[in-house]
Amino acid sequence: MSDVMIEARDLTKKYGPVTALRDVSFEVRKGEVVGFLGPNGAGKTTTMKILTCFIAPTEGQARVNGADIFDDPMKVRESIGYLPESTPLYTEMLVLEYLQFIAKMRGFTGEEARKRIKKAVEQTSLEDVIAKEIRALSKGYRQRVGLAQALVHEPDVLILDEPMSGLDPNQAAEIRELIKQIGEERTVILSTHDLAEVQVTCSRVLIIANGRLVADDTPDELRERAGKASYQVTVLAKEGAYRDSEQSKAVRDALGKIGGVASVRQREAEGKDELLFTVLPKSAEDIRAEIFQSAVDGGFVLLGLEKKAEALDKVFRDLTTGDTEELSAREQKKAEARARKKKRDAAKKADAKAEAKKAEPKKTDADADDGDDAEKEEA
Amino acid sequence: MMNKNTLTIAGRQFRSYFNGPIAYIVVSLVLIILGFLFWETFFLFGRATVREMFRYFSLINYFALPALTMGLIAEEKRTGTIELLITMPVTDAQVIVGKYLGVLGLYAIMVVLTLPYPISVGNLGNLDWGPVFSGYLGLLLQGAALLGIGLMMSSFTDNQLIAFFGALAVSIFFFLVDKFLPFMPSGLAGFAEQISFDFHVESMRRGVIALRDVLFFASIAAGCLLVAFRSLESRRWS
Repeated sequence: MSDVMIEARDLTKKYGPVTALRDVSFEVRKGEVVGFLGPNGAGKTTTMKILTCFIAPTEGQARVNGADIFDDPMKVRESIGYLPESTPLYTEMLVLEYLQFIAKMRGFTGEEARKRIKKAVEQTSLEDVIAKEIRALSKGYRQRVGLAQALVHEPDVLILDEPMSGLDPNQAAEIRELIKQIGEERTVILSTHDLAEVQVTCSRVLIIANGRLVADDTPDELRERAGKASYQVTVLAKEGAYRDSEQSKAVRDALGKIGGVASVRQREAEGKDELLFTVLPKSAEDIRAEIFQSAVDGGFVLLGLEKKAEALDKVFRDLTTGDTEELSAREQKKAEARARKKKRDAAKKADAKAEAKKAEPKKTDADADDGDDAEKEEA
Repeated sequence: MMNKNTLTIAGRQFRSYFNGPIAYIVVSLVLIILGFLFWETFFLFGRATVREMFRYFSLINYFALPALTMGLIAEEKRTGTIELLITMPVTDAQVIVGKYLGVLGLYAIMVVLTLPYPISVGNLGNLDWGPVFSGYLGLLLQGAALLGIGLMMSSFTDNQLIAFFGALAVSIFFFLVDKFLPFMPSGLAGFAEQISFDFHVESMRRGVIALRDVLFFASIAAGCLLVAFRSLESRRWS
């Protein structure tokens, strides 16, 4: 058998007139920890419910560990350990009692059940609360009971719906560690809307927005989609220096000569006697040392040097907001920049060229307005 | 439909009644009311019979059993545990039957707890055990049908209160349906009598075990379980 553990093909789910999921396809291989990322209501939970055979897709099909969700739901369920959203548990039971019930449901009795429960309890560090009623447990412990429950039968696939929600940072760190550990030998799918979470825990990210799969990448690839890191260089301006002065030209040239630099752009500086440049590197390599060296060699005073990585949440926002059609973040930016240029051309013909240069969008809300204007103008 | 998982679910359901107050409240209330009603008139009549006990018990059932069934599925839906349960390797039918057997077990305990009545009456006088036996069978069958109705209503909602009153309404319908026979057109009256729970239980209280009475309650229970199964299954497609 191949090592594809989960295979989803064109999953579509309609709740009455509402389409919760449209044509979602993906594969998950053995040993992967895959994060489902998306805003609330995007379709993460629906996908998980389909994979666990709790609900059926309106269209499409899926296989888990080789078994079809329609033809052989029992085998699918046997291969899956599932932690539903908000960790439902029989709160009136003792932890041990509950795990015994689960073991029995999974077909283990006697010594075998005891061994498996013991292992699950050890994995999730539940030893201290084993004789307590579940309702008396803290959120973190409940979460762990939910995980232990999913681990008892040592499933090949673990599906965890928001395993971190509501946990304090310490608890979250523990659970994260546990998931990583489990992910080494098993396949894990977890859903979250926490980006930091995905970066730390997952080897792959599936971003779902409005029922569509908009990205399927590693966290690193995702970051690359948003563009590489950039450097903000602030230089002390000589008296009387301005944007197009000799000095700024000199600095631009000096920076441009550095080996790893792709482009240098000058921007409006905040302070009066500062010159601000944005340097885009050719690769991910850190070129701060080179920038510093070139400042020393060129004899200009460096006031600030900052490396800016495009945060994953910017990527997330770009992918999940606005139109559901997949529109690359860069194209969006270009369109916005064009819109700004036009707008400013009309207002200020004299400064048009310089203004267009700095028309790099920074905030999404501000850009939204410009986008609207662009549509009008182009129409 | 019946396998180890069904019994595991039934066992958990049965035990869960004793982890909370509901079972204790319902069982003790039923027994107290029953004791009061029975012994109040027993010595007045001075006859060695427990027919009256069966009559009172079956009357109390209409009100008490919905309280046992209301949470069966509604509560699992509310807390979300139904999702965990169903994503175990079990079929929907096994879940329904398991839950049903669990509450049926509790009801059986409740019925067994009334055994002191015929035993003590038997010590006081010359008790005919035939009608006692058929009376208990009638009680079990009537309870089985009522529990089926309760389970069905519980599968329709995630609110225990709605499940309770829904089951109560249906149960009382089956109790009252033959109480207004004189006011009904004759064709309807015959039908109303045939679907009345009391009508079928009454003959068993008298000591007659007829196949049609047994089949009547069994088919009500089975029909309700089928509807409950469909209702649980409908989540997949809705």
